[in-house]
Amino acid sequence: MSQDVELDNVTMRFGDFTAVRNINLTVRAGEFFSFLGPSGCGKTTILRILSGFTEPTEGHVRIGGVDMAGKGPNERPTALIFQNLALFPLMSVWENIAFGLEVRGVPRDKRRKRAMELLELIAMPDAADKRISELSGGMKQRVAIARALAVEPKVMLLDEPLSALDLKLRQHMRSELRAIQRRTGVTFIYITHDQGEALTMSDRVAVMSRGRIEQVGPSSEIYDAPQTPFVATFVGENNRFSGRVADIAGGVARIETAAGLLSGRAGPALKAGDKATLFVRPERLRMGADEANRLSARIHHVDFEGSFANLFLNGAADGEIIVQAANDGALPSLAPGVELALGFAPESAVVLPTGGDAGTGAGSGEMQHAAAEVAA
Amino acid sequence: MQSHRASDRLLTIYLGLFLLYLFLPLVVMAAATFNTSRFPTVTPWLGTTTRWFEALYNDAGMWVALKNSFIIGFFVIVVSVPLGVAAAMVLNGVHAKARGFLYAVMVSPLLTPGVIIGISTLVFWDRLGVKGGLHLAVIGQSSFITAYVMLMVLARLQRFDSSLEEAALDLGASHGQVFRRILAPHLKPAIISGAVLAFFQSFENYNTTLFTRGTDTTLTIYIASKVRTGLTPAVNALGLILIAVTVAGAVAYEIMRRRESARERAAEKAAEQEQMSALQLA
Amino acid sequence: MSELFRRYGTGMALAMLSGVAIWVLAMVVLPYFVMVEYSFHPNLTVVEMGGPKDHYTLENYASLFRGIDLVNLEFPDDFRVFLRTLWGATLVTFICLVVCYPVAYYLAKVATPERASFLLLILVIPFWINEILRTFSWYIMLAYSGPLNIILKALGIIDAPVRWLSGSGGVLIGMTYAFLLFMMFPLYNALETLDRNQVEAARDLGAPTWRIHWRVVIPHAKPGIAVGCIMVFVLAASSYVVPALLGSPGTRWFTETIYSWFFEAQNWPRGSAYAFILLGLCVAFILTMMRVFKVGLTDIAK
Repeated sequence: MSQDVELDNVTMRFGDFTAVRNINLTVRAGEFFSFLGPSGCGKTTILRILSGFTEPTEGHVRIGGVDMAGKGPNERPTALIFQNLALFPLMSVWENIAFGLEVRGVPRDKRRKRAMELLELIAMPDAADKRISELSGGMKQRVAIARALAVEPKVMLLDEPLSALDLKLRQHMRSELRAIQRRTGVTFIYITHDQGEALTMSDRVAVMSRGRIEQVGPSSEIYDAPQTPFVATFVGENNRFSGRVADIAGGVARIETAAGLLSGRAGPALKAGDKATLFVRPERLRMGADEANRLSARIHHVDFEGSFANLFLNGAADGEIIVQAANDGALPSLAPGVELALGFAPESAVVLPTGGDAGTGAGSGEMQHAAAEVAA
Repeated sequence: MQSHRASDRLLTIYLGLFLLYLFLPLVVMAAATFNTSRFPTVTPWLGTTTRWFEALYNDAGMWVALKNSFIIGFFVIVVSVPLGVAAAMVLNGVHAKARGFLYAVMVSPLLTPGVIIGISTLVFWDRLGVKGGLHLAVIGQSSFITAYVMLMVLARLQRFDSSLEEAALDLGASHGQVFRRILAPHLKPAIISGAVLAFFQSFENYNTTLFTRGTDTTLTIYIASKVRTGLTPAVNALGLILIAVTVAGAVAYEIMRRRESARERAAEKAAEQEQMSALQLA
Repeated sequence: MSELFRRYGTGMALAMLSGVAIWVLAMVVLPYFVMVEYSFHPNLTVVEMGGPKDHYTLENYASLFRGIDLVNLEFPDDFRVFLRTLWGATLVTFICLVVCYPVAYYLAKVATPERASFLLLILVIPFWINEILRTFSWYIMLAYSGPLNIILKALGIIDAPVRWLSGSGGVLIGMTYAFLLFMMFPLYNALETLDRNQVEAARDLGAPTWRIHWRVVIPHAKPGIAVGCIMVFVLAASSYVVPALLGSPGTRWFTETIYSWFFEAQNWPRGSAYAFILLGLCVAFILTMMRVFKVGLTDIAK
């Protein structure tokens, strides 16, 4: 039995409110796994359940095959990195790192030696006797990781640990976290609402919404083959064309929309006659008309980003149409008012059923902002 | 503008008179110590002497009272500090609805007249067969001094980040270890100043002690009884010594407090600079 | 409660709860109840307690008011003392407010920050000095041939020395002095939060100084005034040392009456009843102030 983390039908209710609903999931040993979702989706609850600060209302958590029910946070092979890091301000850096060993009764010189090794690992060999208040944000971050690693956890749980850092440091820490995870081989379970973090660092990502897992898979799969409208709109940017499925053949669905008959890969459980939406990424919309799907739209706004530009167009879609155009010399001709002929290949688009509670309408500003961050 | 400045000047004059009013009696009392007059006064000045210090030194009753005050003060610390810490932690940990009520009950001794605390303590313990004495003075004083300690600890506790407790638990610490290594060091400054305040409040208490002391005498009781029967400038000598100790203590406390806040500011500044240089590196 | 157990574990949570129970129940609540219960008993010897003579009675309360003759305005001794205490404490509270207000205003709004912090340090010193010593210092000041009479005579304010200690003047002066700073600090704390610009704006609009204070400064200082008045009134009404040291038989205070019922007349139920009446007086004052000035308990505890 390896050290897999299993969530078996886990449900958490607070009074009438169900924070987490029937979660079934296995995180494989040594994996960098992220829970991604907007605030209030239940990801933090899952983390607290895994770490032992809350017991689930129903279901079981097993780590390495051992049921964790009734085990407090101090009895589990997990280590949590808190959102605010929770470093002990009255202890020096090395005392912080060695705290877990101290409470296990490890003698002082051994603790100090181990702390020095870990300081080496996080590239802060000279910081042992500094006070926490003397450290910068990034250094605090690394000390928190070293402190968690010192107790040799099977699983590291990270609660948006980068959210307090500024943008530049955050991007730097992403690769650092990934490197530390590779070096130590410890399972990392990472909680974030920042899709950039989740997609760049993780082996696999679970996208959550309203207490449920919408989709689990590698980053590329999440981005390229979303299985629910929520995932399609929450992760990255997508153009939406809603309508009714005309027919499905060979994995390709044709859908009758305001922009005419469009085709894309058929999503799971899609039937002819279903209400559905076709999603196509801005970078997959091509100018020129030699594709299977064609439509036209008028530019009303251009955001120049350097290596590319975002074109905002009015056309027969749900909301405005966004096209990402590479800076290949043709940009100057793309001014507001210009009528463009657009096209995309069926394999570039996905058609998903839009049932009653689908979160399609969620193309909010926050998500556009998050998408911009991925692009940058 | 003119009248504005004139009113400010008037205020300054008033302030001067106020300070005179505040300190003149204390100066007079201190000065009377050195007057040879048997009755403590500065008018008329009959001659300068230090013999009242000797008289005080040779007064066995004073020493007994002083010892009693120290004994009571010590045990008030022993009782009120742990209770005050526990009360603050409980108050911090209970549901918001219960908190308001509990808080009201806990601070009520601070608004209750000292004589009434003394009387209720006396009557209650008399019913249980316990008579007045030093032990009852300790109980009576602790009942309201605990509230002072509780307030000081509570203020500190509210600045505590409870995720530190969770972090320690998560790293494998037991509840006892969390308290000893994380919470107690955080509360230490409040506990120390609580203990100092507790001793001080106890030492100068009169009203509660008056009813609970039985036949024992504390220093405040001793001074009051001396003023009414057998007043000599030896009482002034005692007052002068107490004032000197108090002022020295207050000044030391104030300097310590200011140094502490200066250190905190310096640490914050250092962290800021670190942050800046880290950014430049990145 | 469950949070307590979760955060600190069963053992420590139980220890803390029992500590709180000991304090709140055995040291605060139960003694009050027992005192109040006791006050409804007749004064009996230990042998008689629980016997046929032991029944509940209002006698201990009634005795305070018995003999009041509103027509001829004649009052029994104990009631006269009660009235004097009520009136005296009110007067002291008012004097403290008037004396402290300009100083608190100066410290909070006129003085430079450095100067204010220095003055505050100076003001704290008498605050730390024992109430008895502060009172005793006035015992010397107010003596017949003491410094006050000499100064006043030298200034030509009085012709002949005044016997301060045989009237109620000594008690009032002593109490004002003893409790002044309990008014000063709440007032200062409240005024300190007043935005200086408000005063400037009012002045700019042409308001005379008294009106600025009446309409801008005092309304802002209300919580401080309430807290200061509560502190001073309770301390004054329940003071024992000041009237004992600076008073005469003609200026007896209610606390002295209580004390003599306890230890001279050995009538504890009567003493308890009077203590409860004193407590009622203080609570009534506190509640009135809290209502009038709209302040909460947390403001006071600061």
